[in-house]
Amino acid sequence: MRSGGIPAILLAAAILLAPAVPAADISGAGATFPYPIYSKWADAYKKQTGIGLNYQSIGSGAGIKQIKAKTVTFGASDMPLKPDELKASGLVQFPMIIGGVVPVVNIKGVGPGQLTLDGATIASIYLGEITTWNDPRIKKLNPKLALPSTAIAPVYRAEGSGTNFLFTDYLSKQSAKFKDTIGAAASVQWPVGVGAKGNEGEANQTTQTDGAIGYVEYAYAKQNKMAYALMINKAGKAVAPSAESFQAAAGNGDWAHAEGYYLILTDQPGAASWPLTGASFILLYSTPPDVVASNAALKFFGWAYANGGKMASDLDYVPLPSSLVALVQKTWKTEIKSR
Amino acid sequence: MSRALSRKLTNFGALTLSSLATLVGLACLGAILWTLLKNGVSGLSVQVFTQMTPPPGSAGGLLNAIYGSVLMTAIGIVIGTPIGVLAGTYLAEYGRHARLSDVIRFVNDVLLSAPSIIVGLFVYEIVVVRMGHFSAIAGAFALAVIAIPVTVRTTEDMLSLVPQGMKDASTALGAYPWRTITSVIYPAARSGIVTGLLLAVARVSGETAPLLFTVVSNQFWTTDLNAEMANLPVVIYTYAQSPYKEWQQLAWTGALLITVAILLLSIAARVLVSALQPSGRGR
Amino acid sequence: MQQLSVAVIDARHASKQRLGEQLFKSATLLAAVLVLLLLGGVAVALLSGAWPALAQFKLGFLTREVWNPVTEKFGALAAIYGTLVTSLVAMLVAIPVSFGIAIFLTELCPAWLKRPVGIAVELLAAVPSIIYGIWGLFVFAPLLQRHLQPWLIEHVGSLPLVGGLFRGPPFGIGVLTAGLVLAIMVLPFISSVMRDVFETVPDVLKESAYGLGATTWEVIWKVVLPHARVGVVGGVMLGLGRALGETMAVTFVIGNAHRISGSLLAPGTTISASIANEFNEATGDLYNSSLIALGVLLFLITFTVIAAARFMLLRLERRALSSV
Repeated sequence: MRSGGIPAILLAAAILLAPAVPAADISGAGATFPYPIYSKWADAYKKQTGIGLNYQSIGSGAGIKQIKAKTVTFGASDMPLKPDELKASGLVQFPMIIGGVVPVVNIKGVGPGQLTLDGATIASIYLGEITTWNDPRIKKLNPKLALPSTAIAPVYRAEGSGTNFLFTDYLSKQSAKFKDTIGAAASVQWPVGVGAKGNEGEANQTTQTDGAIGYVEYAYAKQNKMAYALMINKAGKAVAPSAESFQAAAGNGDWAHAEGYYLILTDQPGAASWPLTGASFILLYSTPPDVVASNAALKFFGWAYANGGKMASDLDYVPLPSSLVALVQKTWKTEIKSR
Repeated sequence: MSRALSRKLTNFGALTLSSLATLVGLACLGAILWTLLKNGVSGLSVQVFTQMTPPPGSAGGLLNAIYGSVLMTAIGIVIGTPIGVLAGTYLAEYGRHARLSDVIRFVNDVLLSAPSIIVGLFVYEIVVVRMGHFSAIAGAFALAVIAIPVTVRTTEDMLSLVPQGMKDASTALGAYPWRTITSVIYPAARSGIVTGLLLAVARVSGETAPLLFTVVSNQFWTTDLNAEMANLPVVIYTYAQSPYKEWQQLAWTGALLITVAILLLSIAARVLVSALQPSGRGR
Repeated sequence: MQQLSVAVIDARHASKQRLGEQLFKSATLLAAVLVLLLLGGVAVALLSGAWPALAQFKLGFLTREVWNPVTEKFGALAAIYGTLVTSLVAMLVAIPVSFGIAIFLTELCPAWLKRPVGIAVELLAAVPSIIYGIWGLFVFAPLLQRHLQPWLIEHVGSLPLVGGLFRGPPFGIGVLTAGLVLAIMVLPFISSVMRDVFETVPDVLKESAYGLGATTWEVIWKVVLPHARVGVVGGVMLGLGRALGETMAVTFVIGNAHRISGSLLAPGTTISASIANEFNEATGDLYNSSLIALGVLLFLITFTVIAAARFMLLRLERRALSSV
């Protein structure tokens, strides 16, 4: 009588169809930064083994909540949990994939790789202390570049994200004032500038606003051919963002001595290291509530380490160096129960 | 300037401005639809309707998202419509002049204008947190909560349009109120109630915020109501902000699909309403 | 005997009818009460989620501008300010434009054009809000950045009083852009209500005014509008409620800055944009709770607007009845 007929049929059909399609076996949730590569791996893995991986990119914070509530098999976070927090929740943490954040600018007459900046200068820009591009502090780093007097328009990420965390972490390491005023987190209070939504929004905003500076994931900068800046790293060398410089930073990281792999890869030593590198982490239980699912997840990660390198590079991510992979797989054997 | 002239000028000025205002309104609609068409049509293909959402760098479609949206909307409407119709019946018939009805009408208005993000937070707190995970059923529930006030309002309005004479005739024949309602009033107001249903569907189809906190999305095909499920609004939201051209294209195409669906529903609702509108309402 | 069996059948029939009546009546009452419970449920769920933040910050939550997830100090002032300012801008733009559209459709439009133009304007309401967001970010904001904003900064920014509202670099996104996108969104709601109400004005009244020599504008301003006062207020309130709570359209173009700035060209934030942007990545109970507390505030604001609208409508109705 009332128009409930068709929806009711759909509902019945849905319930009938449900057992016919096998549900995804491995469930994970968290960071948005690695979502593209995780979904690509999941797709390839499913084609190869028939096992599905359902990854929800709901954000690192939500991912940590989910794994702590034991509603997913693994959690993913762009910010590593501290060792005591890991111990308290019984979680094991390891890095999965590496990426880089790249500062990009929109200055008339400045092309990709022509501008050189360092952490302290960028910190001052985002603190509102340096307001024009021809400021002496920027000139000092770029003696041969003609910089206009355009006002600097800082752009930041509007929503909470791992990119924000990496960026603010590095700047906090480089500038005590930045650390005290703004601090390092996925979401911070910026004193100046405008927030843009998503990497795309930030890239857009930067390319459209004259005099803008922003920071985006490497994939973005590369695919949109943006004017990225060179950075002066810990060794005092000016480096360009690239798979090699990210790998150098990852390789120079002191993983062996990092308890719970708690290591933030920003500002790593090494002549070729890119200072704004970061790893994205996976969280699993040491004593998993569902051992079968946990083993399936570990099998997937092992497969990704071994076979996922090319897919990662295609998407402008950086796979872990093999020494680190060996370390991680040893940790699996010793710290995660498999039966 | 003579008074007559100034009045004429004011009149001319005012009427010109109002024509301009209409042009502005139409221009905005045109601009938005044009952008949608320009960006969305290029991605339209059979693939969109037959393949799943792809990982970045690969081609794909929106099948799982379309299915999820249709399913959750359907469940939301199935849950919400009966409640809305019954409540609207109470307000229009049994409790027309009761004090309680005034309170309920006010509360309904509040819910009707409540930001959908509040509904999302509400369902997150009572369903997602309790269940411990996101799920399609939580998403459907959020959509139902949004659909109920719309249905209550339209049902009450439509039922009160039914001529009192018909109701009196039925009562005179000895029918209890429930018989009058179900056998006389509902059939008479049938197209009105269907209009309400269409409006509710149009309203919930475009909602993103409530789904963002309750069901999120899913890369794969699933029919499991107890897990996350893909849906068009969240897929559009995620893909539009990504750097991958294939994803951005799918976002625009998906946006075009939703908009066309909602436009068609709204037009259908409008046609139904004017078809049934008697002369009694001063129109 | 036939009469007896008919009486028996009648009696059974009647009791079934009575039972049906009881069931149906209770069902409708239950559904109606459920609506009440729904509101109550929303209020309770939100309040309980917001409690940690409210208990921690107390009234300071409403008066402080700080929003620092690192030090875990949260204050809603910037979000409240942004919500109110964007809605104000939206209303200032949408009300005159809707008024113009309603006039055009009721007085100027030739009959054959009325239906399509009317439908076209109302189709603006059918476009999902996320489309407004994406369109706003990728099409509208760059347009404003290149043309409107530089013009505003140059010509209006230097004027004495109003100038302060239009200072700063042309970002494209910001409070003004968000307000304008909201205006386009609420336009169809306000204009369709205004139009419906204008059409209920009895022709007799209008024709008497015309007969006395009034121009079209004078008829509208002095006869139609006063008569339709009640509905106009209702329509405006409907639009306002929509503007206050809008999430997706605003999130993309507001610029997400938890700062209060004097300039409309500056970025800001609204309550719903903050929640949408930050909820999923929020770690820490206090952060989560503060976001839900923002939700509570938004709910209170929309509640107050609707209650005020109802109250005003009641008074206007009473006055209209008494003056007839």
